[in-house]
Amino acid sequence: MTAAGNTAYLQIEHLWKAFGEFHALKDISLDIKEGEFICFLGPSGCGKTTLLRAVAGLDLQTRGVVRQGGRDISTLPPSKRDYGIVFQSYALFPNLTIERNIAFGLENTKRPRVEIDARVKELLALVGLPDQAKKYPAQLSGGQQQRIALARAIATSPGLLLLDEPLSALDAKVRVHLRHEIKGLQRKLGVTTIMVTHDQEEALSLADRIVVMNHGVIEQVGSPTEIYRHPRTLFVADFIGETNKFDATVAAASVSFGAKAFRCAPHSFANGDAVVAAIRPEDIIPHGPGSRSPGAPDVVKSPENLIDVTVGEMEFLGSFWRTRLRGGELGDEELIADFSVNATRRLGLAEGGALTVELPADRLLVFPQGERHGGGH
Amino acid sequence: MAAATDILMPSGRALRQSLDKDELIKRGLLVVISLYLVLSLAAPLYVMLSKSFSTYSFDLAAFEFQVSDKLGNFGEPATAAALNEKLAAVPPEKLATSSDGRLPATSFFPDFSFRSPVKYKIRGTTDDASFLIGTQLHHGTEWQEVDSNTFRRIMLRPARALGLENYTTYFSTPTLFRSIQNSFLIALISTIFTVGIAFGFAYALNRSKMRFKGLFRLVAMAPILVPSLLPGIALIYLFGNQGMLKSLLGGISIYGPLGIVIGSIFFTFPHALIIISTALAISDQRQYEAAASLRASKWRTFWVVTIPGARYGLISAAFVVFTLVITDFGLPKVIGGQFNVLAVDIYKQVIGQQNFEMGAVVSVILLIPAIAAFFVDRLVQRKQVSLLSARSVPYEPKPNRRFDLVCLAYCSLVALFIAGIIGICQYAALVKFWPYDLSLSLKNFAFGRMDGGGWASYYNSITLSLLTAVLGTVIVFVGAYMVEKTEGFRTGRTAFHFLAMLPMAVPGLVLGLAYIFFFNNPANPLHAIYGTMAILVVCTVTHFYTVGHLTALTALKQIDREFEPVAASLKQPFYRLFTRVTVPICLPAILDISIYLFVNAMTTVSAVVFIYTTHTALASVAVLNMDDAGDTAPAAAMGMMIFYTNAFARILHVAVSKGILKRTQAWRAR
Repeated sequence: MTAAGNTAYLQIEHLWKAFGEFHALKDISLDIKEGEFICFLGPSGCGKTTLLRAVAGLDLQTRGVVRQGGRDISTLPPSKRDYGIVFQSYALFPNLTIERNIAFGLENTKRPRVEIDARVKELLALVGLPDQAKKYPAQLSGGQQQRIALARAIATSPGLLLLDEPLSALDAKVRVHLRHEIKGLQRKLGVTTIMVTHDQEEALSLADRIVVMNHGVIEQVGSPTEIYRHPRTLFVADFIGETNKFDATVAAASVSFGAKAFRCAPHSFANGDAVVAAIRPEDIIPHGPGSRSPGAPDVVKSPENLIDVTVGEMEFLGSFWRTRLRGGELGDEELIADFSVNATRRLGLAEGGALTVELPADRLLVFPQGERHGGGH
Repeated sequence: MAAATDILMPSGRALRQSLDKDELIKRGLLVVISLYLVLSLAAPLYVMLSKSFSTYSFDLAAFEFQVSDKLGNFGEPATAAALNEKLAAVPPEKLATSSDGRLPATSFFPDFSFRSPVKYKIRGTTDDASFLIGTQLHHGTEWQEVDSNTFRRIMLRPARALGLENYTTYFSTPTLFRSIQNSFLIALISTIFTVGIAFGFAYALNRSKMRFKGLFRLVAMAPILVPSLLPGIALIYLFGNQGMLKSLLGGISIYGPLGIVIGSIFFTFPHALIIISTALAISDQRQYEAAASLRASKWRTFWVVTIPGARYGLISAAFVVFTLVITDFGLPKVIGGQFNVLAVDIYKQVIGQQNFEMGAVVSVILLIPAIAAFFVDRLVQRKQVSLLSARSVPYEPKPNRRFDLVCLAYCSLVALFIAGIIGICQYAALVKFWPYDLSLSLKNFAFGRMDGGGWASYYNSITLSLLTAVLGTVIVFVGAYMVEKTEGFRTGRTAFHFLAMLPMAVPGLVLGLAYIFFFNNPANPLHAIYGTMAILVVCTVTHFYTVGHLTALTALKQIDREFEPVAASLKQPFYRLFTRVTVPICLPAILDISIYLFVNAMTTVSAVVFIYTTHTALASVAVLNMDDAGDTAPAAAMGMMIFYTNAFARILHVAVSKGILKRTQAWRAR
């Protein structure tokens, strides 16, 4: 989106990967533009790492074509491809100093020593560890080691940078910090980057585009906001962020669950279809009691989607209150809503109190029922 | 999106990666080393197996003769079978023979005279029939005409057939058959004693706070440094016909089962100790704390916690000891007396009676328990691994004065036994003439005056050991690397791994005999290495291949699997990663492999006893031969030379390891 050009730098066409009868990748097609930062996101076993390893030539796909910069690299061995890679384990050579690790790909290429040394210095500065050159990997912290691994991977200025869960082995604070550095580095270098992760927060904050995968297929490709705001499948809605789900039936522009028909986002279902209605907790808007009466303030966007509920357990999560809502037109269903601390204070919310909430129609999404991509089993 | 699940994968062949130079070199190396193991192990064993099923007999119907009168007019042809029927010249039982059998053609002509002007013709009735005229081998149905002087030099050659006859003969020969019983009995008794004694020793080392643990560990490992027949020599000095403690045995002869068992305990002790000690060392402190909190008595804790925890170690040790004893040849040869065992039978059949087929039969029989033990051991080893979880807390013994003293006394006793055996040999090597002149001299070290190859054999041993250590380590490590660190080519790697595990199950004597069959065949292009130092190196490397292979694998498995992908993505050839990263990291293991190969090459007798020649005589074989010739004192002296050399090599190894590690393993320190 931001730094991306227009040409597809990496093209993946109809990729399959079979392990015996099991298909780890099913007909994957994807175009990645030059300079883009792409995240493969999904639960473990979804095929994201398999896809990365196919791009790297480490585990060859069973069928399909991969093109990089217009060149067909489908069956090339790793050494004939053009990428740098960083693994979760860092894979630093323990018996070589930091500078020798970084220089590993530069040596043996007829480059003069002076040039190599200068490049190593430059890279060390780039990753913010200029004075660690003479140390051994075991003498550095995990975060520092991962930065060295990154420096080694980009030392030869590859056209593509592959990151295989690079932050998973680090603790939470370091992870967030390094996340920023990786993003900054990628922006500065403009190198096309693919990162595999199972951490949605990581994907949302880093990626230009996220590729959400499940059971060997791509569920959705899109920018972080697209993925979050407009999930195309229930899996995406469910996997990224929190979501309320209700078994429901649709009519032309409405969906019924609990004891009420709500107006919902546009969909293509037939009247009476059994569906799942979904809405994120933070999309639920609290209104003071009496908001449903005629002449209520026009901040209510979907007056027909207002319901009166009882406030159940409230859980304080720092920046917001996770609140369980029951009763009224919800019938037997339970709705989880996240209310800001401000709104909670303003409306004087307390467990057991009464409340009117709005389920904005454009945020109430409808998905087919029983949608589980069980193709693999 | 959901629609994707309905699409079927297009049919056709799976994509294959194009191979780069790296991959080609790797596969090439794997093929070369596989070929090495095929030629040095699989092929010889196969030839030996087929030899054990080969029987040879003269097929008289396959030869036809014609005899002329004095003027040279030939009469009617007659087969040797027909002639024999008339004359009964060769009784049927004489028709069975060995692969070297020869039957003079004149046997069928009682009135043959080499001066007579009568001429003879001979031919085979089949294409396979063969006979010698002088040294020239002839095949086929072409008539060969010779005068009577040449006719006496015609020898019929036997035909080869496949069958179980050798085995039937073996099992119907009581003296041979009894060896099976003897071997099993000896191995069983030695196993019980060794495992018992080693368990006590290991228990004291791991579970007490006694003093001198380091010294005890050192002494306990000493038997590895000497040939297995050395304790035999020491026992002869102590309890033999002229032994100083002979009276202690009260008339029981040391020559026989008693001597073999005591000697076997000596040389198998360190092997058992290493395994059991490892098993005891990995037990979990928390289990003992749990037992104590449940108020279990010490005795009950021992049987419920200690023994089950060490059971895999005990089983494994038992099988290792059993295999070592049943396949050992040097010790029963030296001290076995009239007590026959399988390993000595092979030697006697081959060296004594030149009956190679029967030697092969005994070898195959000896292979059975060794292979069985090998598979049980692998099974047990696999289970052992999962026993220790990463969260186990190592057991830390608490001081207990009485228990520590008992342990000290016990270990001292065992150490005294080991040091005593070596001490006796040392003493025997230095005295002038046992037991009459006990003054000291070095005359027993003047090997030049004895049978066995003299000092040259010692230098040959050094050469062999160095070559084995260097070349063997390279082959073993590179082979293990190819198995562990290559992608793809799975079938090739699995086959190679199997070949690499096989030598563990093949007794040295069997391997040596297989080498005779395989390499001493003039039709084999590798025949050239027969009788050279090269074949000794090949044999020794192969014989001790497995332990080195496993050591290398263990070290390689600890290295990050992602190094190869990273190096490939950096466009670096694998050999650069190999030399700059893999080898330096594995240096401790590489040094361990080389010292292991060196020490074993110095002490091995069984693997090389069939294939050494006069100019490649070895020190360990010289000990055997000098003892055989009655030069027991020089034999002890040569045994001690081996001990000094190995002890020196061990010390050097420790020093060099420390030096190199300090320089190259700085990265290990944090």
